[in-house]
Amino acid sequence: MKERLEALRIEALDKLQSVADAAALNDLRVHYLGKKGQLTEILRGMGALSAEERPVIGQVGNEVRAAIEAVIAEKQEAFDRAATAHRLQAETIDVTLPGKSVSVGAVHPLNKVVQEIEDIFIGMGYTVAEGPEVETDFFNFEALNLPKNHPARDMQDSFYITDEILLRTQTSPVQIRTMKAMNGKTPVKVICPGKVYRRDDDDATHSFMFHQIEGLVIGPNIRMSDLKGTLLQFVQEMYGSQMQIRLRPSFFPFTEPSAEVDVTCAQCGGSGCRMCKHTGWIEILGCGMVHPKVLEYGGYDPKEVTGFAFGMGVERIALLKYGIDDIRHFYANDTRFLNQFAKM
Amino acid sequence: MNVSYRWLSDYIDLSGISAQQLAEMMTRGGIEIDSVPSRNAGVTGVVVGYVKKREKHPDADKLSVCTVDAGTGEDLQIVCGAPNVGADMKVPVAVVGAKLPGGLNIKRAKLRGVESQGMICSARELGINDKLLPKEQQEGILVLPPDTEIGRDILDVLALDDSILELDLTPNRSDCLSMLGVAYEVSALTGRPLNLPEPAKDIFAASDSTADYVKVSISAPDHCSLYTARYIKGVQVAPAPQWMQNRLIAAGIRPINNIVDITNYVMLEYGQPLHAFDGGKVAGGRIDVRLAKANETLVTLDDQERKLELQMLVIADAEKAIGLAGVMGGANSEVSADTTDIILESAKFDGSTIRRTSRQLGLRSEASARFEKEVDYGRVRAALDRAAGLIARYAQGLVTEGVAEAEISAPESAVIELSLSRVNGMLGTELSSLEIKTILSRLQFEVEVGGDGVWKVTVPSRRTDITRDVDLVEEIARLHGYDEIPTTLIEGTTTAGSLTRPQSIRRELRAILTGAGVHEAISYSVTSLPRTALFAELSAGAKPIALAMPMSEERSVLRTTLIPSLLESAAYNLSRKNGDIALFEIGNVYHTDEETLTRLPHEKPRAALLLAGNRRTAAWNRTAESVDFYDAKGILEKVFERLGLSDRISYKAAQPTGFHPGRTAAIVLRTERGDETIGYVGQAHPETQREFDLPDTYVAEFELDPVYEYANSLIEYRTLPRYPAIERDIAVVVDRGVSGGDLTAAISASAGELLESVKVFDVYMGERIGNDKKSVALALVYRHGERTLTDEEVGEAHSRVLAELEQTYGAELRK
Repeated sequence: MKERLEALRIEALDKLQSVADAAALNDLRVHYLGKKGQLTEILRGMGALSAEERPVIGQVGNEVRAAIEAVIAEKQEAFDRAATAHRLQAETIDVTLPGKSVSVGAVHPLNKVVQEIEDIFIGMGYTVAEGPEVETDFFNFEALNLPKNHPARDMQDSFYITDEILLRTQTSPVQIRTMKAMNGKTPVKVICPGKVYRRDDDDATHSFMFHQIEGLVIGPNIRMSDLKGTLLQFVQEMYGSQMQIRLRPSFFPFTEPSAEVDVTCAQCGGSGCRMCKHTGWIEILGCGMVHPKVLEYGGYDPKEVTGFAFGMGVERIALLKYGIDDIRHFYANDTRFLNQFAKM
Repeated sequence: MNVSYRWLSDYIDLSGISAQQLAEMMTRGGIEIDSVPSRNAGVTGVVVGYVKKREKHPDADKLSVCTVDAGTGEDLQIVCGAPNVGADMKVPVAVVGAKLPGGLNIKRAKLRGVESQGMICSARELGINDKLLPKEQQEGILVLPPDTEIGRDILDVLALDDSILELDLTPNRSDCLSMLGVAYEVSALTGRPLNLPEPAKDIFAASDSTADYVKVSISAPDHCSLYTARYIKGVQVAPAPQWMQNRLIAAGIRPINNIVDITNYVMLEYGQPLHAFDGGKVAGGRIDVRLAKANETLVTLDDQERKLELQMLVIADAEKAIGLAGVMGGANSEVSADTTDIILESAKFDGSTIRRTSRQLGLRSEASARFEKEVDYGRVRAALDRAAGLIARYAQGLVTEGVAEAEISAPESAVIELSLSRVNGMLGTELSSLEIKTILSRLQFEVEVGGDGVWKVTVPSRRTDITRDVDLVEEIARLHGYDEIPTTLIEGTTTAGSLTRPQSIRRELRAILTGAGVHEAISYSVTSLPRTALFAELSAGAKPIALAMPMSEERSVLRTTLIPSLLESAAYNLSRKNGDIALFEIGNVYHTDEETLTRLPHEKPRAALLLAGNRRTAAWNRTAESVDFYDAKGILEKVFERLGLSDRISYKAAQPTGFHPGRTAAIVLRTERGDETIGYVGQAHPETQREFDLPDTYVAEFELDPVYEYANSLIEYRTLPRYPAIERDIAVVVDRGVSGGDLTAAISASAGELLESVKVFDVYMGERIGNDKKSVALALVYRHGERTLTDEEVGEAHSRVLAELEQTYGAELRK
């Protein structure tokens, strides 16, 4: 009986060596180890053995079973691995093909710039004020020290609706409205973004409608040096800490002293290039100390308080920031243009 | 104002300061210099030549062969094509080796077989703007005065060896509309002394007195405070000397004759416009400054007949108007070639009067530009004497004794109080008294120091712009240098910065909409009148607000709704083959109920949305899908959900103008005031689409004020459910007119508290259920928060739902 078991082992191991696939392997397992398999068949004859022989033969039977099972397990694992490998091979895709696109829109570049500027000034303790785009002559001009027939009115050609009502030519009337709303209280610290309108033939650098951001600070002891410090901080947050500013004397009816502000040319870093006309500087805003008459119109006593104001054109800042060649792109709403601003 | 560097150096020593350096210095001091062009456009080797002989070219009708002495030692033979060349003329000659603007090098040449040893030049060939030349010199070659020295460099003769400073003056600095004003400014900047011209003292040579010839008066004292005149006899009208013409041309003024040129020259020098009348044409020897009479007309020097308004100021003789004060003289008293006697005028007219007249007539002149910014009272008489002296010298005039004048009142000098603490307090500087006084003295402002530390500063009359202490502070700051002002941070109370609620909500809207794949647009606030009527319900009650003087019909009224601008943008994109369009805009529309505005219109903030083309484009692994109504609505649902408004918003079928009547919903907001329609969402009407040449386009527009009012950012957390839900799907057949919204509302109302949600998941229409019916499949979810539901409980609620649907909508349960 022992010889039969050994013979079975040899036969089974021999057959298993050459098994071709998982199905054949299963057949062999049933054939040798199944309930009606060869091994069971042989061991069924154990009843005829003596009490001494039985454990010995039982031991041999177990060894043969273990040997066959080990080979089957080994083979099974090999077949599983091959099957998995085959499946992975079959499922391989071209990962270089494009993904399924998800569309995300862009905030308009002008509003993107406005939001950025707002956030810088909010961080400096400013609130954001707004005013009407259709304004009275009083708020747009007279209260800003521009009486009727004043030569400085030539600086801005306006769209009038009636003799007294016009499309605002600047965001500065919001200064007066803010001051009046504050009712003489200090400090005032606001910025005022918004649309403004001037009669101007549209071309690559002019638009009859454009955006400004105005700033106004009023307090008991506001100095021109504070204005310089504020603008320097703004410019460095907006464009980078290497940027410098330069103030040049200028004239605005609503500020005195007045200045125009240049920043280091971002293109050349100040060494001079075509963009800055080889000066190293780019003009970006106008500013000054609030004119006493304007303070009076706003309900403040110019002997008690001083203030500064500044204003900048949003389009100009966006043109410079992004290197856009034509201001009219901002209002055509070409999706190929807008899509370029869908970034952080 | 164009300032000749050479001319300026008559008044102040500019040695060691180039024109470029001066321009930089002035710009940094507050007088912006646009550019500093050289007057020499590239001329070398051109000299004065004398045409000894002119003969016709043997083989060319239009050419002449000239024999020219150019001071080179031997006569030159030069072929010339200009018709005006003639013998016994002084002309500019480009000799061999000369260079002309545009890179032209003069070489020996043969013209039609005749040798030419150079070229006789026109003004244009020398790079001079010939519009600035006297009329007789604009054609052909430039003819120089007979006394011009032969062989002299033309750069010297025409003063081309010079640079022009182009001043871009701000309205306050009209003092720099004169050479003297600029000289004062440069003196203040550099600290160098001035060398001012002195009007000749003994200019009168005639034995008789001015009073014998002319009397002046002012009948309009509000409009003219000083009028002075001199009478000059025996003038010989001729060209002005070349140096004076050169200076006028450099300043951009065309020379005419010696009399006119001298008045212009003195205007440039002193900033005081002058006028010369032909003394023989002034009736009665009378000059009166008065307002125009009703229906009065005047032909001005430019030969235009002007209808005068009652508020316009004129100069009149005993009979008629002879000039438009401060703007332009009259043709009836113009100085001409045969004029012998002139009345020379120098006056101070009121700036706003001149400005108004000049605007009303659309007539601006060098004179009006100066008067309207207020000329210097202190220079009126000096300029008169300066011009009289030049006329005596360069036009052989005999000046009669005395000045005819009328004076209403002389302005008082401005005296402004200033203190050290005011200056430093305003600027943040630590200037000393001495530094400030040095700056003020460089400006030639007088300073009187009071015992109480307050200074009294007397401002010269030339600086009419300085009226307050802050004006002095600016003068001190700019001459000290803006760069020298320190950089500080604001002291005092700190403030917290923030956005207002509407601003925060607008930013949220931008975030949601861009997240949904929509681009933000900004379009013009003005549009055409027909555009405001396209979507009548969105412009309800709004009267159009028209611009008084629009630049075009397309941009003549304020917009009353946003959608038309988005449709225009969509059409713009489509014509550029950007077919898949998703745009939104947040902006104001302008509504009023007034025909003519007497108060400001209502600026209503709104948001609008536009979708056209594909929701998603075709790719290698999927097909394209067109947008439809439910894309637009889905975006709005997400917007209102994020703004905490879902519970308040509902959609009701509506047929507003401009929209597709079967594919449009009113957006309804539940408020304390009741239900309010705040906007619409739908497909644009096919006719609207056709007008803009668009495919199926879906649009929406809604008011933001109610959104600002009701938006709710409060997040109410609910714990996650611990007990399972029971789902029941039903399909009911109803009439087609019954909307999905009706069914879900009925289910929510009748199911009771156990119903967690109800959703439509399928709608079927087809012959199988009849053409007037539709089948709606709904998924209902029931749940109890505290325990597991029993089938009985759900069954009871579900029966109520079915009963309600059957009763109210005749719904049949589909099996």
